[in-house]
Amino acid sequence: MAPPAKATSAPFHAQTVSLTLNGENKTLQVEPWTTLLDLLRHDLRLTGTKKGCDHGQCGACTVLIDGERMNSCLQLAIMQDGKAITTVEGLAGEGEDLHPMQAAFISHDAFQCGYCTPGQICSAVALVNEGRAKSRDDIREMMSGNICRCGAYPNIVDAIEEVLAEQQSGSRHLEAAE
Amino acid sequence: MNKHASDLKPEKIVGGVATDQRHESAHKHVSGTAVYIDDIPEPAGTLHGCLGLSTVAHGRIRAMDLSAVRAAPGVVAVLTAADVPGENDISPTGRHDEPILTDELVQFFGQPVFCVIAETRDQARRATLKAEMTYEELSFTVDIGALDPLNDKLVTPPLTLKRGEAGEAIRQSPHRIKGRMRVGGQDHFYLEGHIAMAIPGEDGDVAVHSSTQHPSEVQHMVSHALGVPSHAVTVEVRRMGGGFGGKETQSNLFAALAAIAARKLGRAVKIRPDRDDDMKATGKRHDFLISYEAGFDDDGAVQGVDFTFAARCGYSSDLSGPVTDRALFHCDNTYFWPAVRAQSAPLYTNTVSNTAFRGFGGPQGMVGAERVIEEVAFALGKDPLEIRKRNFYSTTTRNVTPYHQTVEDNIIERLVSELEADAEYWRRRRTIQAFNANSRVVKRGLALTPVKFGISFTATHYNQAGALVHVYTDGSVHLNHGGTEMGQGLYLKVAQVVAEEFQIDLSNVKVTATSTGKVPNTSATAASSGSDLNGMAAQNAAQQIKARLVDFAAEKFSVPADQVVFLPNRVRVGNQEFTFADFVRQAYMARVQLSAAGFYKTPKIHWDRDKGQGRPFYYFAYGAACSEVSIDTLTGEYVVERVDVLHDAGRSLNRAIDLGQIEGGFVQGMGWLTTEELWWDERGRLRTHAPSTYKIPLASDRPKIFNVKLAEWPENAEPSIHRSKAVGEPPFPLAISVLHALSDAVASVADHRIFPDLDAPATPERVLMAVERLKRKAKSLA
Repeated sequence: MAPPAKATSAPFHAQTVSLTLNGENKTLQVEPWTTLLDLLRHDLRLTGTKKGCDHGQCGACTVLIDGERMNSCLQLAIMQDGKAITTVEGLAGEGEDLHPMQAAFISHDAFQCGYCTPGQICSAVALVNEGRAKSRDDIREMMSGNICRCGAYPNIVDAIEEVLAEQQSGSRHLEAAE
Repeated sequence: MNKHASDLKPEKIVGGVATDQRHESAHKHVSGTAVYIDDIPEPAGTLHGCLGLSTVAHGRIRAMDLSAVRAAPGVVAVLTAADVPGENDISPTGRHDEPILTDELVQFFGQPVFCVIAETRDQARRATLKAEMTYEELSFTVDIGALDPLNDKLVTPPLTLKRGEAGEAIRQSPHRIKGRMRVGGQDHFYLEGHIAMAIPGEDGDVAVHSSTQHPSEVQHMVSHALGVPSHAVTVEVRRMGGGFGGKETQSNLFAALAAIAARKLGRAVKIRPDRDDDMKATGKRHDFLISYEAGFDDDGAVQGVDFTFAARCGYSSDLSGPVTDRALFHCDNTYFWPAVRAQSAPLYTNTVSNTAFRGFGGPQGMVGAERVIEEVAFALGKDPLEIRKRNFYSTTTRNVTPYHQTVEDNIIERLVSELEADAEYWRRRRTIQAFNANSRVVKRGLALTPVKFGISFTATHYNQAGALVHVYTDGSVHLNHGGTEMGQGLYLKVAQVVAEEFQIDLSNVKVTATSTGKVPNTSATAASSGSDLNGMAAQNAAQQIKARLVDFAAEKFSVPADQVVFLPNRVRVGNQEFTFADFVRQAYMARVQLSAAGFYKTPKIHWDRDKGQGRPFYYFAYGAACSEVSIDTLTGEYVVERVDVLHDAGRSLNRAIDLGQIEGGFVQGMGWLTTEELWWDERGRLRTHAPSTYKIPLASDRPKIFNVKLAEWPENAEPSIHRSKAVGEPPFPLAISVLHALSDAVASVADHRIFPDLDAPATPERVLMAVERLKRKAKSLA
């Protein structure tokens, strides 16, 4: 029925990028203008990372680049050479079903429509690792780059606070939410 | 997550009604595996569309040169009005005033004129910019401030509600107030923007994945646009990344264009507008100008009130009729107006056509009611809470609404008195007075406001629903209903109802994507009606199957029907017990039909719009909120310090979900009344079309202390699904308490002697202007 899509770009524009994606080494051909978000969602079919505003203003596309939280819509794919990217699909560690932050988001009902959730979780994981947040007010302030239009903020902050407390008490692993 | 123990004779099922179950997609949401439409693998050869939007607010298209667009790389087709094979109209109320693509007349800046279809989304977007348009510009109106509600152009017939002689009552009252208030609009900013993907099939059929709250309407619009019967169009949606009313009618545009292109080109077509285009080209919450006049006695009891609710509707009717009607239906909020007249003015403007948004005009109506109360309190130098209570509906007298429905289920007095005590309103009132007396720059404010929200679609025929339930021979259950999931937990609640009915664990019930092919002729998931309607329809389907199963067992085992009992995960027949799976397998072998289509229509309701009388609402949901804010009188900046909410969800189906709806609704309502400001420039261009310029509440904006409680004691006076109450919209106007707390804080700069006259949204700018105004007035009075 439908003819296959023709090559959508002039291949001679493509540049080679080597990066680690969710723990896996990848060598990719990317156009210089492709954003990391489009590379993930479109080329690599990792659709967990969401496109909300495409302007770096809503936080739905947050991923971890070398452990730092970044809006992937504002990052060019070509700039990621040698970097380690972690998306929501790659958060859970070896042998883990879920990352503790993911489990905490479930046990605290920290979402409604779920569209901002992958970005919230990536952002929250980095926040905890940054080690700067000490209080609920800190969490609220430092999570203010991630919009939740459903307004699930109370539960999002609860979830992050729980993981933060766990981490501060030295135990990384939480019980899976019952 | 629920781990199910293999208890052979459990006392209760896991996940029945009134239990706090996690959202059915929780594990998928946190792992990024929940599939939204843009995540569905695209069929080979999928094309992408981009809208070409008008660049004048009002004008005639004199020339449209699309040759450069057509020649641009990757472009496969450019659709204009001439390419619509059927009817070029997506007016949801049949007023034929909303073209898919306009052909000649442009009526707002950002109106879709053409649609580019290209191999990639990027190519489509780039090509769109190459259009050469020539317009003959016409005069235009963006704001309603200068319009006459009685004489200027309306988009749909207005409504007047009338009980008693308001004018006379006002004239004869010892005190009178008169004023006007602006209440701003609101962009939905669903995190998942609009999207539609159409896939052509055989015989000219088309399947559309549409992010919509109203699949049946999308189906109708697509079929009209294509000029094919409804049976040729199937619309499906598994979930939306937020809707809030913004996907009740606004999805039609994208679905219709994707379907037209897919039919024409024989390839799948996806349209996912850029966020800015989404905000420019789709409708928002109506902003209102509320004019009011009221008469009251020395105690603050209102004797008569007269309202005009003028709304900026945009260029077409869309849902402006029912939205402005609902504003009138809520101009009483929880108050008995002994004599009342309220009229709507759905005004035409050269702006995008405004649409549904959580509350659907109701919150704007309540803002009007609360404004009157506040100003009465000011006029008498009394605490607004005292005036509120003085005017509450009673239970046996003083209980008739402006639309002549008797309020039969009033619980507002008890709710408010409990919240008043819980939140320590009077103690804090004194503390705040003392604080303000000693604080030069920072001032605090406090307000407690009630909510009464009418539940049912005011278009009576919308109050019906269908569901489809299949029981498979392994005892697992497939559930489908007409409601759509946008994060509100509807799929979960309806599944809980079905699990409860069959007495099987929730994990045995699967809800599948909403599809016009499974449950037809559905209503929008809107008006907070989702679980009320679909829950009842699903229960009805399950009960039909159960009745067949009981008949089968009674006959086969020769026992009376009342000895066939559905126990948790098993069925007792006389003295024997079978697992549910074993039982249904026996029924299957005996050729019992294990599938049913359920149906529900809300009883009792009726509405005569011409007379302005009837019972449009099946019941009311109630709530109350107490908010405390602090403002900086030098900058206008503010913080919401503490919020206490007591809300009525009847006998809640799922308290965890309902609490989330209340918290989220409150935060969203707070955004509407505080920071979210829509702004058009002198050319009629919306300049707040991205989160950079349009300020949505963030985690840091939510109240510092946020105590949200469901009242333990209410149950629905009507036999709704398990006596629960709708909870989607009613919490939204709880945020009116924030607006009034801000007003209270502003008033403190002039010792509460001057009415702050604070419009919404009460942005820091507006708060500062009000503070300055009051300071000036206080000085001139001194």
